[in-house]
Amino acid sequence: MLRFFLQRFASMIVTLFFVSVMVFIIIELPPGDYADRYAFRKLASSGDSVTESDMESLRKQFGLDRPPLVRYIDWISDIILRGDFGQSFLYNTPVSGIVGGRIWLTIAMALAAIILTYTLAIPLGIYSAIYRHSIGDYLATVIGYIGLALPNFMLALVLLYFSVTVLNSSAGGLFSQEFEEAAWSWAKFVDLLKHLWVPAIVLGTANTAFHLQTMRAMMLDELNQLYVDAARARGISEWKVIFKYPVRIALNPIVSYLGFDLGKLVAGAPVVALVLSLPDAGELLLKALLDQDMYLGGAILLMISAMTVIGVFVSDLLLAALDPRIRLRETQ
Amino acid sequence: MTTATIPKGKLIGAAAASDEERLKYYTAGQWQLVWWRFRRNRLALLGASILSMFIFIMLLAEFLAPYGGTTVDAEYVLGPPQSIRFGDENGFSLRPFVHAVKTVRDPVILKMVPIIDTSQRRFIQFFVRGDEYKYWGSNWIKGDLHLFGVEEGTIHIFGTDRLGRDIFSRIMLATRTSLTIGIVGVLIAFFVGLLMGGTAGFFGGRVDFFIQRLIEFIRSIPNIPLFMGLSAAMPQEWRPERVYFVITLIIGFLSWTTLARRIRGKLLSLRNEDYVLAAQLAGASDARIIARHMLPAFTSYIIVDLIVSFPYMILTETALSFVQLGLRPPVISWGVLLEGAQNIQAIQLAPWLFIPVIFVALAVLAFVFLGDGLRDAADPYG
Repeated sequence: MLRFFLQRFASMIVTLFFVSVMVFIIIELPPGDYADRYAFRKLASSGDSVTESDMESLRKQFGLDRPPLVRYIDWISDIILRGDFGQSFLYNTPVSGIVGGRIWLTIAMALAAIILTYTLAIPLGIYSAIYRHSIGDYLATVIGYIGLALPNFMLALVLLYFSVTVLNSSAGGLFSQEFEEAAWSWAKFVDLLKHLWVPAIVLGTANTAFHLQTMRAMMLDELNQLYVDAARARGISEWKVIFKYPVRIALNPIVSYLGFDLGKLVAGAPVVALVLSLPDAGELLLKALLDQDMYLGGAILLMISAMTVIGVFVSDLLLAALDPRIRLRETQ
Repeated sequence: MTTATIPKGKLIGAAAASDEERLKYYTAGQWQLVWWRFRRNRLALLGASILSMFIFIMLLAEFLAPYGGTTVDAEYVLGPPQSIRFGDENGFSLRPFVHAVKTVRDPVILKMVPIIDTSQRRFIQFFVRGDEYKYWGSNWIKGDLHLFGVEEGTIHIFGTDRLGRDIFSRIMLATRTSLTIGIVGVLIAFFVGLLMGGTAGFFGGRVDFFIQRLIEFIRSIPNIPLFMGLSAAMPQEWRPERVYFVITLIIGFLSWTTLARRIRGKLLSLRNEDYVLAAQLAGASDARIIARHMLPAFTSYIIVDLIVSFPYMILTETALSFVQLGLRPPVISWGVLLEGAQNIQAIQLAPWLFIPVIFVALAVLAFVFLGDGLRDAADPYG
């Protein structure tokens, strides 16, 4: 198990390294560099003219005259050693100060969506496999298909409409007005929970549909296996037969997807944040990218990707813990 | 394996009743068997027919649209859909018609309100001459023939947007853009996936190891934020056509991983099949073994994977354009159309702006149904 852990850990570090290189490339991609944009902003605000020698000294000041490799090492070591992600144009402050609180909101949303996904998909998948061709099964299938087909911003708009017309309250945002600027407290946390269900449903629906179908298909495969018949023949109660044997195996693909789930949910966050006007990292990412504020965008991109990579690592470990076949095969 | 219940009298396969049917089954080719199995799946047939409708729209978008994509009707701004009628209080009519409409600004609430003039009937005519268009944007084939239209006044069966452009016409043209993105993206993913998966599966060893790590790497990056980052990095002054081209490339080049995995896995498992060994013993070359013996065994799986990856491309394009990081006007796509319907006011004031969603959802569902049906049918011997 230790060897498996170390192997996976090493491959996670390598992946994280490549992710950081890729994010750095994206940051550097737009035409013009930091100095150009900096000068442009200054120019736009003050009206002074910028000479070529000004640009030179700006470049020197920001270290842009050095080769890309050195700049990359600078950038990444600042992040790792000092938690310094560079400067944001949009807000004129260090990136880490703006992103810090928001990334936690995104994580909270993703976790809420994951919990929702699993508490719905697993029991429903088991149910529709056992009662195949029942009304419940068809209902689950139809809901599953709709969940797959509707773009999630559309679902967000529909929920928003529903809450405005029927519930007479806005479902947008993550906090009530009185808590928006308040410091963290128990009351604010409870308030957050009250708002969290809307983004959780929006983000989780497509995933729920996907897992429901996987669970159902896996269960159908496993229910026909001989070991299930053998267990029944030994007189074990039907519920015990189902939960002790096929369900355990059917859970495998779902667990192995946990990491990707986290990534997918976080990935969907910007679009949903836009519609529901959520004050989370997704909304910030969108703003940053639309304004080509690349350090801010890059920082969020890096955090989101790192979260996914770590999520995949964790789900690999979970899977190995669940299924001895995997940890034995991998270490051979 | 799942056991499907087959209605009596339609038995196909080893369980068929008469000798004649059984003979037919055993002598049928692989694709014949696939078709027989596919035909039984109603949902898949439904998906296939919806898709053929979409392909029809894609091919003939300009002809089906009564107006051009950017034609502005200043008389009817943000107007609701005009309903097609066969009768009103003035009596019944065999020929379908719409009432004359216009929008005026209400002096009190300052909103555009539609006024329907029920005294005037605009009869719908077929194969009319209207806005001139260039077929598929080419300079050689021009036309002005439209499937339907009205002689006087206007016909907006899905309403108009806030600039007074006909939504139905725009949806027709958007269908073409969004589906071509899907097709080109899938083709790119197909070629890269075949190449990478084939190389990994055939050579194995170190090459396989590196390609596997590359696939894992690409899969572990959250895709939509990555697409956003890449499209944000595109220069703002690029022409919309170029943006369109690059977005398609990006989507295609990052979605080959599933297919590559599938092909690699299949090749690795097929390498140990008896019939491959037999071919090797008979002296067949590697190329011949791959092309003649291995490829036919999983062509159907490749097709299924291609079909299944379509909805992903379509939804990605829609999401990107929706947040204004994808295609930009004047290119018309489903995402661009929905970009105008981002907020709650749009739902309350002009719900018809959401009609494109129906098309997106229909296309996605059709591909999912077709993919499911094909997946079941792809392995006719199972």
